Amino acid sequence: MTPKRKKRLTIILGLVFGTALIVGLVMFSLSENINLFYSTSQIAKGEAPVGARIRAGGMVVDGSVKRSLDSLKVQFALTDYEHQVMVEFTGILPDLFREGQGIIAQGKMDANGVFQADEVLAKHDENYMPPEIAESMKHKQEPAK
Amino acid sequence: MIPEIGEFALIIALFLSAVLALVPMYGAVVDKELWMSYARPLAKGQFLFVLISFLCLGYAFSQDDFSVIYVAQHSNSQMPMQFKLSAIWGGHEGSLLLWAFILSGWTLAVSLFSRTLPLDMLARVLSVMGIVATGFISFLLITSSPFLRYLPRFPEDGADLNPLLQDFGLIVHPPMLYMGYVGFSVAFAFAIAALLSGRLDTAWARWSRPWTNIAWAFLGLGITLGSWWAYYELGWGGWWFWDPVENASLMPWLVGTALVHSLAVTEKRGVFKSWTLLLAIFAFSLSLLGTFLVRSGVLTSVHAFASDPERGFFILMLLAITMGGSLTLYAFKAPNVKSESNFSWLSREVLLLVNNVFLTVMAFTVLLGTLYPLLIDALGMGKISVGPPYFNAVFVPIMSIMSIAMGVSIAVRWRETSAKLVLDKLWLPAVISILCALVFPIFYGSGFDFRVFIGISVSLWIISTVITEFIGKFRNTQSLSTKLKQLSFSYYGMMLAHIGVAVTAIGITLVSSYSEERDMRMAKGDSVELAGYQFTFHGTHIVTGPNYMADQATIEVTEDGKAVVTLHPEKRRYNVKRNMMTEADIDAGLFRDLYVALGEPLNNGEAWAVRVHYKPYVRWLWLGGILMALGGLVTVADKRYRKQSGQQELTNA
Repeated sequence: MTPKRKKRLTIILGLVFGTALIVGLVMFSLSENINLFYSTSQIAKGEAPVGARIRAGGMVVDGSVKRSLDSLKVQFALTDYEHQVMVEFTGILPDLFREGQGIIAQGKMDANGVFQADEVLAKHDENYMPPEIAESMKHKQEPAK
Repeated sequence: MIPEIGEFALIIALFLSAVLALVPMYGAVVDKELWMSYARPLAKGQFLFVLISFLCLGYAFSQDDFSVIYVAQHSNSQMPMQFKLSAIWGGHEGSLLLWAFILSGWTLAVSLFSRTLPLDMLARVLSVMGIVATGFISFLLITSSPFLRYLPRFPEDGADLNPLLQDFGLIVHPPMLYMGYVGFSVAFAFAIAALLSGRLDTAWARWSRPWTNIAWAFLGLGITLGSWWAYYELGWGGWWFWDPVENASLMPWLVGTALVHSLAVTEKRGVFKSWTLLLAIFAFSLSLLGTFLVRSGVLTSVHAFASDPERGFFILMLLAITMGGSLTLYAFKAPNVKSESNFSWLSREVLLLVNNVFLTVMAFTVLLGTLYPLLIDALGMGKISVGPPYFNAVFVPIMSIMSIAMGVSIAVRWRETSAKLVLDKLWLPAVISILCALVFPIFYGSGFDFRVFIGISVSLWIISTVITEFIGKFRNTQSLSTKLKQLSFSYYGMMLAHIGVAVTAIGITLVSSYSEERDMRMAKGDSVELAGYQFTFHGTHIVTGPNYMADQATIEVTEDGKAVVTLHPEKRRYNVKRNMMTEADIDAGLFRDLYVALGEPLNNGEAWAVRVHYKPYVRWLWLGGILMALGGLVTVADKRYRKQSGQQELTNA
């Protein structure tokens, strides 16, 4: 091999290994950090895994928001107009959190079937409905017709 | 009447840009000077008419002309004037108009400041920008005109701007960001023009370098402003959310950073030419992709406005044409590109290549994390989201390794350097940065912390190598001031930007490791301690703003009994849409921020949910961003680029 070819080969080998390493790192991080979305019906039917970090979305049920008197604990129900799921959260809710509003919560299901949220997201638009919810509701309505 | 003039001006601008796209280009192909010489006046005309259109929309906002749908949806008579005017880009249509306006501004700038550019090159560059402008202005006119009216009946008052946007951030963040996004169209146009003409010498790199650096600096500044705005406005105290739209702006910045470095190698050494061309194409394509992701509504994000599939489709087509066309051209022409020199393993060329590879890989991983959920969804495999831990896990290691390479690259020369020389220069900075980073967390924090060690050591490594190299320049000179003048502006710019990276890295490391935060319920008279500060809640009272009412809290902060500051966070309720807004109050400092935000009233106002943050070194994040952008701008002042415009005077003399 000429020195030039040798140099080229080293570069290519280096690139291949480097790429493999980075792809590995990326795949590993992806597999660890993907949050699956579940609708409240799926959760109610027990399809959501207990203890794994997931996202749940739905509309906040009117009159379901209950605050604790001495802490920041809050409890509310989410619905996709078919099944309801109870959610518990401790902390400050976003400005646009309201009854009847579509929200997404991140967290885990506990053994009692209550969703323990560590993050609640409401979007900055009062007519906003997360696309996930819009779609899962569309699925609900179509068979009914 | 005025909005119709705006619409009409935009139609004229569309025709001018279409002519600009065709005539000078044709002139360059058949080598007719007359045709090529139309490029400059056309660029000026296009700018003039887009400017008229832009002013008309501004006028409609300032006069509260609610018969215009866009104005009615994004403004209100109670809004202060500065927000009425910045509401021009507060929604989809107007921000596209801003895009087109900035694009025509860049086109005008190229036509004005490229006096030494050969006419055929200038004609090609302006024509390519004309093509882009034609695409965007027709997009505006066909799918998203901001001048449409509610007729014959129109609302008495506007629907108000989203309260989050009624802020100083809206005035500065989008224009800066767009200056960067659209500025990459200049680098793109130069690359395409070079490919078309087949003249891929180093002169091409010298012409496009200042433009690329300016665009890159603006994009960096735009991202920095966005991060700062999110920090104080969203009320969460976060400065980066890995939100898809943030990623959309970060990707072109990363590729742009690679491009800025690669252009330097191409200009100075005549190598990596085809790679540089490819980066220029990608930087602009990613800017377009960013626009597509934000405007099409495929993403769930703070920035996503009401979505419209037709619009998304249009931008996707633009993107497909741009990428497809330019990559095809590249595939045909790039194999003819020849490198002009050689280099060995330990040379600045190789280290800059390493930098390029890392930056591209980072951009790719961000792209993957952003598009992966869309891909999975499109394949019908469920709804997922990729969380911040993914980005952190991938970004932090790559960034750390790259920072080490950054330090080495400063000590290494072009073409070839002996390993001994490099080691001689680098052992001291290495020892100093590792020792300081070992000691720092023990004194500053509660004990050794590996993440802090990595972050601080690579930051100090970057700073100390820059300083060592700088001092080394003076070893054999007697006069300090002559040497200071001898060093080029590019060199000063590089030092500034690299120190900026280190400053940002220190900020990121410390704020993510040593931040403290508490959410709690506070009644009047309650107090809480955080990071040595005592926060006492003194209740709330009602204040009235121009278009909102607010509960304003009084929170007194003391440290060891001494008063530090009194903060007044607000919970605002805007009059028109009746929506709530958290307005945090921050005591900013170089070494720490104290950040207080109100949650909601509990038990009918008897107590409040209050969020308190202690954010050490958070300002460094943005300070570093500003330094990087400043570095990019300083390089443009370099003599080399002035010489090219002063060349004619020299020959005349």
